Amino acid sequence: MADYLKGIDSEWFRHRLSLAVLVALVAFVVIMGRLFHLQIIEGETYRMLSETNSIRLQTVEPQRGLIFDRNGELLVDNRPSFDVTVIPRDARPVPVTLHRLARYAGISFGELFTRMEKNNGNPSFKPVLLHADADRNILAAIEARRFDLPGVFIDVKTRRQYLHRASAAHLLGYLGEVNAAELKKKKYPDLRAGDLIGKCGVEKAYDAVLRGKRGRRQVEVDASGQVMRVIRQVDAVPGKNVFLTIDHRLQQLAETLLMDAAGAAVALDPRNGHVLVLASSPSFNPNAFVSRISNEDWQALVSNPQRPMENKAIQAEYPPASTYKIITAIAGLEEGAIDENTTFFCPGHYRFGNRSYRCWKKGGHGHMNVETALAESCDVFFYQVGQRLGVDRLAKWAMRFGFGAPTGIDLEHEAEGLIPTAVWKKEKTGIPWQKGETLSIAIGQGFNLVTPLQQAVMIAAVANGGVRYKPMLIQSIRSADGKEAVHLEKKHVDHIPLHPRTIEIIQKSLWNVVNTRKGTAWQSRVEGLHISGKTGTAQVIGRKENKTEDKDKKRLAKYKDHAWFVAYAPARDPEIAVAVIVEHGEHGSSAAAPIAKALIQYYLIPEGNAATPAAGRTGGIERH
Amino acid sequence: MFDRRLIENFNWGLLGLICFIGGFGLTVLYSSDTAGEAAARILFSKQLIWFGAGSVLMIACFLFNYKHLDRWAHFIYGACIVLLICVPLFGKYVGGARRWLALGPVSVQPSELAKLAVIIILSRYYSRVINAEGLTFRNLIPPMLYTLVPFVLILRQPDLGTAMLILIIAGMMTIFVKIERRTLLGIFSFGALSVPVVWYFLKGYQKQRILTFLDPDRDPLGTGYHIIQSKIAIGSGMMFGKGYLKGTQNALSFLPEQHTDFIFSVLAEEWGFIGASVMILLFFLLVVRGLHVAYGCREPFGTVLAVGLSAMLFSQIVINIAMVMGLMPVVGVPLPLVSYGGSSVASVMAAAGILLNISMRRFMVE
Repeated sequence: MADYLKGIDSEWFRHRLSLAVLVALVAFVVIMGRLFHLQIIEGETYRMLSETNSIRLQTVEPQRGLIFDRNGELLVDNRPSFDVTVIPRDARPVPVTLHRLARYAGISFGELFTRMEKNNGNPSFKPVLLHADADRNILAAIEARRFDLPGVFIDVKTRRQYLHRASAAHLLGYLGEVNAAELKKKKYPDLRAGDLIGKCGVEKAYDAVLRGKRGRRQVEVDASGQVMRVIRQVDAVPGKNVFLTIDHRLQQLAETLLMDAAGAAVALDPRNGHVLVLASSPSFNPNAFVSRISNEDWQALVSNPQRPMENKAIQAEYPPASTYKIITAIAGLEEGAIDENTTFFCPGHYRFGNRSYRCWKKGGHGHMNVETALAESCDVFFYQVGQRLGVDRLAKWAMRFGFGAPTGIDLEHEAEGLIPTAVWKKEKTGIPWQKGETLSIAIGQGFNLVTPLQQAVMIAAVANGGVRYKPMLIQSIRSADGKEAVHLEKKHVDHIPLHPRTIEIIQKSLWNVVNTRKGTAWQSRVEGLHISGKTGTAQVIGRKENKTEDKDKKRLAKYKDHAWFVAYAPARDPEIAVAVIVEHGEHGSSAAAPIAKALIQYYLIPEGNAATPAAGRTGGIERH
Repeated sequence: MFDRRLIENFNWGLLGLICFIGGFGLTVLYSSDTAGEAAARILFSKQLIWFGAGSVLMIACFLFNYKHLDRWAHFIYGACIVLLICVPLFGKYVGGARRWLALGPVSVQPSELAKLAVIIILSRYYSRVINAEGLTFRNLIPPMLYTLVPFVLILRQPDLGTAMLILIIAGMMTIFVKIERRTLLGIFSFGALSVPVVWYFLKGYQKQRILTFLDPDRDPLGTGYHIIQSKIAIGSGMMFGKGYLKGTQNALSFLPEQHTDFIFSVLAEEWGFIGASVMILLFFLLVVRGLHVAYGCREPFGTVLAVGLSAMLFSQIVINIAMVMGLMPVVGVPLPLVSYGGSSVASVMAAAGILLNISMRRFMVE
């Protein structure tokens, strides 16, 4: 390297460049040294490790959280299940191993081979599932012949177990394999193909809480792939346990009472919106979904005309019928259309326009005021109240009580029902509202549609004087070791502005429905228990004007009327509010009221009650 | 246009080194691309294309007089910053990070370009300010700003590796042009104090990587696992290696990121101590060649520029190899001409082109 004249700093530059070369040299020497250490000094060790490829990463599945009822009764559990798995690389030659496995375990070779074929293209050290949920005979056979089955091992997994078969099936939900669309959503970043997630019900709504977090571990395996020791482990975090607001015994009672019919029962605590019962009949057994449900069973469920997969408590919409008179009465009093002394005469019919609207009692009720009209469910009285109010004011009060919108309960597919207004009808059908239609609305027929849950929310608000709570399914969430607990607060949605006198009148009337001879639910009174309620009989006849796309409407059969009963008890400081519907039960008083009565009775006087729940006997299609 | 002298003074040695290293790198990449049952060799083919494009780029980089870079330094730097700002706005997500901009059929990583831009603008600045006693603190303020802006932008992509690389290269260049003693002391103190600030900006997994390096037991199942597998691969090569295409660690996909960060492990496993040493020697010669170009240059800009480019090559080589051997924390720094990656190949080839440029014009006085 000759010396050039570069300016004042040529010597200076050269000096610094020499230092730079020195630094580079040192760095490379260090690297060479390390290389030497790894490859020459420790070479043998590493060579051995690489040849046996003995270090593997495994995942540890977390335990899914359990589901309990409000009293700590276990509803959903996990049970161990055993999957026969193979690591192809350790099982060579693979066909020979599979043949042996088929012979020892009694599994068809074809099934095993098909599974292996499906796995082509995956790296050979990744485990392949051969036979899921193996029974003890298979397990015993494999364990005994382990030496002869290299690469084959038993993967212990947990599977979901719904302890009470079809009880609360819609509410609890079930698990299924995550599909491609769900994997894409950011909501589930930790998920992989083949994982199980909640598909409906609480299993879905609280999946993130129940799921827990996967753990991982580094293991050393021997030449045939069996784990020799665990080098390091990051524990899986078990999912949290969920305590529902549901009272399971009450729930089972409701399901037993509904057993032979299609219908629903909802019970709420009017003090905080806790859901005590959410029953829908007929039901299904979620255990059938734990291992893959067979096609026939699925078809049977889906084609059953009583629709067992539908949660009628929140998905089915029905006309509220006479139970709606509560709304009409409240609206009438609050809007000043009537007062407590207003009377109308019911001769059994009412002329309006060029039509005669009948009252259900052919001979008529005679002179009625709001109290007696509600107690005896006089149609004519309410036709006139409705006429004075008009459809929009009725709609306003209905919506105040939560009708026409979802309650927001933590479950999917909640229907919102329908509360018509003049604007709605014009937009929907192009025909303006006819005054005569208001009369039907006033008694809960016509376009009106409500869900049993909405009914329960309404009657709960009537019971506690006008406070509407959001229905709550979860009482608390606790960590698996029980150390941490989060208690969920009640959610106050609305305080409906009602005059104290209105509340008094309505509550008195509802008490009369059950406890006075002329009340429509006289048969369902209980000595000592102050039950208040209202019957309803919903017409099922299809209407020409209803041009909605609602599938539920089309499914309303042209048979007997549906039976409603909404109730709460005790009259003073109520603790439970109930809504029951029995499809095609005909009269609310004979079909629905006795169920509500039994539920209330059981809830308020648990000892010495008449109806005890029959364990596990519930309606619908079951398997196990 | 072409002065005879340019061809006479062409630095064939440097070009030869580039070719050798590139060729060796492609060979190793070919092997690493067979891992997994699907031997599609897509990556290898793509890398060939990158080499082709890179060669064109390299040639383009010595066709003009490098002194133009001095004139255009600010423009190049500015364009780079703009591109870096575009990344979080228009960039595409790949594996949880946004480092790429799609420009038509090609995706570019502005961070790779940023390395060159920073080197060029610092060279320009230092060549004017350089003096025998060393730079004062005031002298250092502009370079710090020049460096900090892309550093922060890249850090937030998040790309810890390239961000740190820029810092290191800038640091090396600065130390090379000498800092005044008391300022140097001040910088050290400041550096120590700024560690918590930088720490704050790091993403969770980046912090994990540094902590894991300092204490490998912290994450035995994530990064720690990668390093273990890498060391097994390297160590198992022993003296002569397992033979070409016979690396069991890589054939079973035990080595993650084997085409990019951990490609040296594949090399060491298959070619053994002999092969790996040869590679390291070639790299060393490359760096020395680069410094030699600096030595031969007669004016300050070219000298500092050559030093900066050599520092870039040096840093990437040393950091990558040290990382796969467990001597440094895992950061995504590609091994020049060996790791798969179009942008990396492009930036290294461009750097080589500029070095050739400086070298072949060393006798031309402006």
